[in-house]
Amino acid sequence: MTTTGKLPSWAKALSIFLALWVWQLAAWLVQSHLLLVSPWTALVRLATLSGQGAFWLAVSHSLGRILLGFALALVTGIFLAVVSARWHLVDTLLWPYMAAIKATPVASFIILCLIWLDSRSLSVFISFLMVLPIIYTSVLQGIRSTDIQLLEMAAVFKVSRWRRLVYIYLPQLRPFLVASCTVATGLAWKAGIAAEVIGIPSGTIGERLYQAKVYLDTGDLFAWTIVVVGLSILVDKAIVQGLDRLFAFVESR
Amino acid sequence: MAIEIKNVSKSYAGRSVLNQFSAVLPDHETTVIMGPSGCGKTTLLRLLMGLERPDEGQIVGLPDKISAVFQEERLCSPFSALANVRLVTGKSLSRQTIVQHLVEIGLSGSIQQPVRTLSGGQQRRVSIVRAMLADSDLIVLDEPFKGLDPDTKSSVLSYVQSKAQGKTLLVVTHDAAEAAALAPADSWIRMPVLSQD
Repeated sequence: MTTTGKLPSWAKALSIFLALWVWQLAAWLVQSHLLLVSPWTALVRLATLSGQGAFWLAVSHSLGRILLGFALALVTGIFLAVVSARWHLVDTLLWPYMAAIKATPVASFIILCLIWLDSRSLSVFISFLMVLPIIYTSVLQGIRSTDIQLLEMAAVFKVSRWRRLVYIYLPQLRPFLVASCTVATGLAWKAGIAAEVIGIPSGTIGERLYQAKVYLDTGDLFAWTIVVVGLSILVDKAIVQGLDRLFAFVESR
Repeated sequence: MAIEIKNVSKSYAGRSVLNQFSAVLPDHETTVIMGPSGCGKTTLLRLLMGLERPDEGQIVGLPDKISAVFQEERLCSPFSALANVRLVTGKSLSRQTIVQHLVEIGLSGSIQQPVRTLSGGQQRRVSIVRAMLADSDLIVLDEPFKGLDPDTKSSVLSYVQSKAQGKTLLVVTHDAAEAAALAPADSWIRMPVLSQD
């Protein structure tokens, strides 16, 4: 491990190779495709599935809905954090909701929402619900830790609100927003797919995972799980890179 | 119109920092405030900048537009020197004018760099240009030459002298030579140390 705590690429590659080797060894020891398929079998099944139109349709449906929930939570979370930072009463009033969302098991929300919503909207709402408190809490913390000396400087020079946002608040929020988006992306995928598995909306990854469970098709289960993990990592990297480019653009002006 | 500080008192947590302090800052002139550490110089500046309210007394004739060099640089660290000046000038000054001032103060090679990569002395000069270029009727400088080497201090002092002409300038310093370069000794305000009995 480096002094910064970040794993170098070669160490990551080696650890992935070792994990695959352990998986392969376990599959060889178990000797049952029903209980555990090998990485090779899962990859072959994934290759077969990716050749089908239904695969890409399921991926696009789940991706679109989970991303929509994430985006709505991002916008709402930032808005509520800004309002709460301005008026402490709002933070106090929102506190019970945020605490309840954080503490309630996601399955409870999924079952409750199945009564309220149609199954297609379920993953949007559940992703929204899981991401909202993370973004809200983190952005609020970021706003509250803004350098008071810079705010005083802005007050003396009578800097406009827009310029305060761009020059003072956004750079301050950058690490909070990037860290919370990374955490929230993984959670949005886990909760969103769980909602699909329970709600079984047609043409989604969740439905395909549910079918894998019903037909005891462990190969499909692993193949779709690899898809979810891969999408989660890709979306996380895309969001973090997007935010980095946005901030770099703002700071270069 | 001159700025009149009338019998101003300020205390923090029961500790008196300013007690019945009075002074007049003449319009379009430079006033130097001197005094030992802890005598309330920075508190007085904070009152003038509107960052604090006096417990007693009043300040009359304060202009709306004030610019300042604080004891700390108070720069937006990810942004360039140019952007930090632009933050306070807006589009009232052209990019070329700001660049000219930054070059004049010896920052020609550092104009586009994020200020966090600049040395303490360079950051100090950015904050001085920011204060001198902001549209203001009162410029407050709190130990503006602190941390500058003698050569740089001399050139920055000349820069401040030339840009401050015709403006109301209030400078806090411990250095008599700096004070003498900025204003005649009879216009210095020497702040008393409060006894804490």
